[in-house]
Amino acid sequence: MNVTKRETISDRQAHWIIALLGGVLIVLFFLSFLLGRFDVPFGEVLRILINRIVPLEQTWTDRMAIAVVNIRLPRILLACLVGCCLTSAGIAYQTVFQNPMAAPDILGASSGACFGAALAILLQAGRAGITASAFAFSMLSVFLVYLVGSRTRGNRVMSILLAGVMISSLFSAATSYVKLVADPTNQLPAITYWLMGSLSGATLKEVLYALIPMTAGLILLFLLRWRMNLLTLSGDEAKSIGVNTGRLRLCVILCATLLTASSVAVSGMIGWVGLVIPHLCRKLVGSNCRFLLPAGMLFGAIFLLLVDNLSRNLLSVEIPIGILTAFIGAPFFLFLMTRKEAPI
Amino acid sequence: MKLQVEHLSCRYYGTPVLRDISFDAESGDFISVIGPNGVGKSTLFRCILNFLQDYEGTIRLDGRDTKEISPREMAACIAYIPQIHRPTFGYSVLDTVLMGMARQIAVFSRPGPGQIRDAEDALRKMGVLHLKERDFARLSGGEQQLVLIARAIAQKAQILVMDEPTSALDYGNQYRVLKQIRDLSQEGYLVLLSTHHPQHALQFSSRVLALRKDGPPVLGTPAQILTPELIQDLYGIRADFLKTESGPVIIPRI
Repeated sequence: MNVTKRETISDRQAHWIIALLGGVLIVLFFLSFLLGRFDVPFGEVLRILINRIVPLEQTWTDRMAIAVVNIRLPRILLACLVGCCLTSAGIAYQTVFQNPMAAPDILGASSGACFGAALAILLQAGRAGITASAFAFSMLSVFLVYLVGSRTRGNRVMSILLAGVMISSLFSAATSYVKLVADPTNQLPAITYWLMGSLSGATLKEVLYALIPMTAGLILLFLLRWRMNLLTLSGDEAKSIGVNTGRLRLCVILCATLLTASSVAVSGMIGWVGLVIPHLCRKLVGSNCRFLLPAGMLFGAIFLLLVDNLSRNLLSVEIPIGILTAFIGAPFFLFLMTRKEAPI
Repeated sequence: MKLQVEHLSCRYYGTPVLRDISFDAESGDFISVIGPNGVGKSTLFRCILNFLQDYEGTIRLDGRDTKEISPREMAACIAYIPQIHRPTFGYSVLDTVLMGMARQIAVFSRPGPGQIRDAEDALRKMGVLHLKERDFARLSGGEQQLVLIARAIAQKAQILVMDEPTSALDYGNQYRVLKQIRDLSQEGYLVLLSTHHPQHALQFSSRVLALRKDGPPVLGTPAQILTPELIQDLYGIRADFLKTESGPVIIPRI
């Protein structure tokens, strides 16, 4: 009984890893501006960006400024934000449901949002309408899952997961019906392309619009990051240490759903990020959400930015990012599962 | 701390499980609750811990009806030590203990140096401080149980309620854990524990509460109430009581 082996990571090490991830993200952020068919030298990229805040003497062409500010900047920001949000939502759902398989898709949050968006495209509601509708249906499906799950007897974690699978499948069927009745020349391709997930066509205005719900959810989760750990205790244990986990659980679920819905609303269905990145981060910093959440936020942003760079530069045609995340995510998850010290 | 249970009766999905239970306990008591499966040992604990409020009778803590005490205040008086289970995600032993102190930590905050010190003190007291950086999920059952007791101590409660703390432990760990629990009660903690082993109740507790399927519960010192007749009545098995130099031993007759 006297083995003093370290199996967990110390606070110092965790801080270092988080700082390192932050550094990688910053470097990658600026390097991403160099990628693309139109060449902009690195010095000019920096000058154009600084010019947005402090006016500088113009040494760049107007086309460079358009490429950097109007095309690349919103896209890079959006990739970081969506990666950050989906990973945070995944960590939150996994903690709340004490289930390593939980992800934004589990509460029906993603499929609800997809249905909402498809419906809005069918009704020709415009970008703002798509966002609002995706959000409303995402919330609706989570609310339904929560209601059904909490009304069943027995293992609540399990019943919420099952309810999530069922509600998801209902919304998927509804989405299929929307596709069936959609106008096959304009609407159907729009819906299909949107469902594949893509960050293309992002404008600065759209990014700022998505920024409000995203930062609200991210900040609240970040503040609750230690408290979230208490949700892994059994109900009786939590009660006996004097904590009202009901309210905390609801708050974390609402935040995670807000993050999922606003991500899906701006970028379509980008799967796997919310499942694979949290697991990678658990390997890096352990399961204490105090470190797991900040590490996940940074790693998620890095991952999606990297994948988006691939998606817009790998082939001459853009590959929808949702396809790439699935191609990378699914095999990686299978690899994790078959490893000796499997996380699940 | 004084715990009083007065005429407690409780139903579980309509069937009565606890009938007219009354007892008093004070700091320093070590009460073992014994009885066959389904007799209501866990239900009794759930009533005392305020998890169940749908019962008849009264439970008082230092004279106050527990139904009027908030969960936060309850947590300052009574700690619950559940049966060990494998957690889904691996937390370090120190993090596990710190979670027990959530009551003292503000919602948007995290444990400070004072709380970490208290958690380490509790681990030291249970003799498991050297495990603090280990993964709780990978400890042996005995070590996990000691860490959970340390969590209860860090919670600063004076009453410890334990649901079959030895049920998942090997022979050696059962006795090591029980000895630690007895030391705690001698230090002034009130210990309430359920067990499937009359031998444990006989050897370690100051008093035994025997819950019977039919008929009123029996309460008394182990020497008073633990008899071959009671064992026969509770478990339907005949047993001999053998006097040895290190105390009486219960041997079932098979």
